Amino acid sequence: MAGVELSDNKRAAILSIVMLAVGLVIWEMAIPGQKPVGELTEYERLTGAGAQKAGVPPPSQVIAKAWEELSNPFYVNGPNDKGIGIQIGHSIYRVLTGYALAALVAIPFGFLIGMSAVAYKAFNPFIQVLRPISPLAWMPLALFIIQDSDASAIFVIFICSIWPMLLNTAFGVAGVRQDWVNVARTHELGHLKTAFMVILPAAAPTIVTGMRISIGIAWLVIVAAEMLVGGTGIGYYVWNEWNNLDLTSVIFSILMIGIVGMMLDAAFAMLQRAVAYAE
Amino acid sequence: MVSKPFLSIERLTQRFPDGKGESLTVFEDATFGVEKGEFVCILGHSGCGKSTIMNILAGLAEPTSGVVKMDGFEVSGPSLDRGVVFQNYSLLPWLSTLKNVSFGVAARYPDWSKARVLEHSREFLAKVGLEGDVIHRKPSQLSGGMRQRVSIARAFANQPKLLLLDEPFGALDALTRGTIQDELLKIWGGTEQTVFMITHDIDEAILLADRILLMTNGPFARVEESVEITIPRPRSRTGIVDHPNYYAIRNHLVHFLGQRSQELSGATSDGQSQSPVPIRIDKTDAPEGEGESRLRAVNL
Repeated sequence: MAGVELSDNKRAAILSIVMLAVGLVIWEMAIPGQKPVGELTEYERLTGAGAQKAGVPPPSQVIAKAWEELSNPFYVNGPNDKGIGIQIGHSIYRVLTGYALAALVAIPFGFLIGMSAVAYKAFNPFIQVLRPISPLAWMPLALFIIQDSDASAIFVIFICSIWPMLLNTAFGVAGVRQDWVNVARTHELGHLKTAFMVILPAAAPTIVTGMRISIGIAWLVIVAAEMLVGGTGIGYYVWNEWNNLDLTSVIFSILMIGIVGMMLDAAFAMLQRAVAYAE
Repeated sequence: MVSKPFLSIERLTQRFPDGKGESLTVFEDATFGVEKGEFVCILGHSGCGKSTIMNILAGLAEPTSGVVKMDGFEVSGPSLDRGVVFQNYSLLPWLSTLKNVSFGVAARYPDWSKARVLEHSREFLAKVGLEGDVIHRKPSQLSGGMRQRVSIARAFANQPKLLLLDEPFGALDALTRGTIQDELLKIWGGTEQTVFMITHDIDEAILLADRILLMTNGPFARVEESVEITIPRPRSRTGIVDHPNYYAIRNHLVHFLGQRSQELSGATSDGQSQSPVPIRIDKTDAPEGEGESRLRAVNL
């Protein structure tokens, strides 16, 4: 119009901000305000209309809540009132512990079954049966056997993140081009060197894709697991605030779950770019 | 046979199951040799088993029966003594050009220092015309011709006793092919390297080889003839066509591949060792009678 050329990225960013603003305004206007107590008739006051009503809060309240929580994220006021930073920290600790254990098992194991067609076929039925089980279905068994709620939550993360990593590693390793393996063979690279110099880098993009899927699932599952085990964590926080009927905190924590999940995913996207190669 | 050649292929037989419970014989009892420092090309139609022979020599495949001996020792499994240049370059795409060469050098000379490995790798990359920033690029950022140069540099840098080239220029356009053939000749000329090469291209074979092995069509393919290339070195692509032997040899090869490879195909070995018939075509200064007697099966 005025001869100003904007890049696609800038135009998309402007559009995003406009959409956010419009959405927030509509949300704000859709929430009916409560009349001040002074304007109520005596009848209304007697039937309880003056009491604070629980309702979906307008965005302005959520933003105010976010400001309040994020300006002091690590406070501890007793077991049921801890800062959002502490809650998220507990969740991330559980996710990363369970996830790291899963990676330690899934990647070497996936490597082995990817190298051997017989092993792949032998393990496949077990994987196919165990994989579709909802991770939360393991919870009662885990609680009974492990007898510790925190460790059980970690176990649930372990069991849900293992499958995509295992299958992708096996798939990636099995699909390494024979030419590259032949290069290793004609250069007399030993098994270990072939594994680290040829097969691992060749399969790395597929393996990291599996890791990225796993971390996404782990973050989805931790919220539900913490709602069950309670005590700490962002999932527990959501459920606790629901019990308090504090919907402002519920909405705020939902947003925080999304943001942390996005950051975890972005970290793996970076890793994915680092190991990618063009043929 | 008085003395064994450097590389000796003895009664090599390859059969594959044909899927109907029987076996398909690609070739049987093939017997031939390659001398040290010799450049040998093998020509034949698709399906005659050239690549199978190559894979057996490389140690990547096992023959049904027969042995390959190099320097008197039986070949089994792949070895750094036998370098391979594959048709599709087979560079590792996540490594830079330099690293694609240096990992091979490091495998060949495990006691060399890192600096020496890199210097040696750079030296051989320079021999095929790759210097400067190019050597830090990934293979995906190189043209097909440059990738094949890297692959050739990697093979020569390892200084194997035997270099196997599996249709190295098959995927390149004609102009690039010409340049890299020249470079191959140049780098080979400065070494004592023994080379065994598969090709489909008659002119390429004449330009490069000391000797061309001709194979009949499969199944039951045979290495039928061994044609000596009687054109002195150094050769150049433009120079050889003026040599009096060039068209005589070329016609012989064209005739073989166009007609005789088909006519001669399908004969079983009857358990006899199958050696190629040596052919020498020389129209320069050979005495009339002697020259004629050696012009076996030449249709001019």
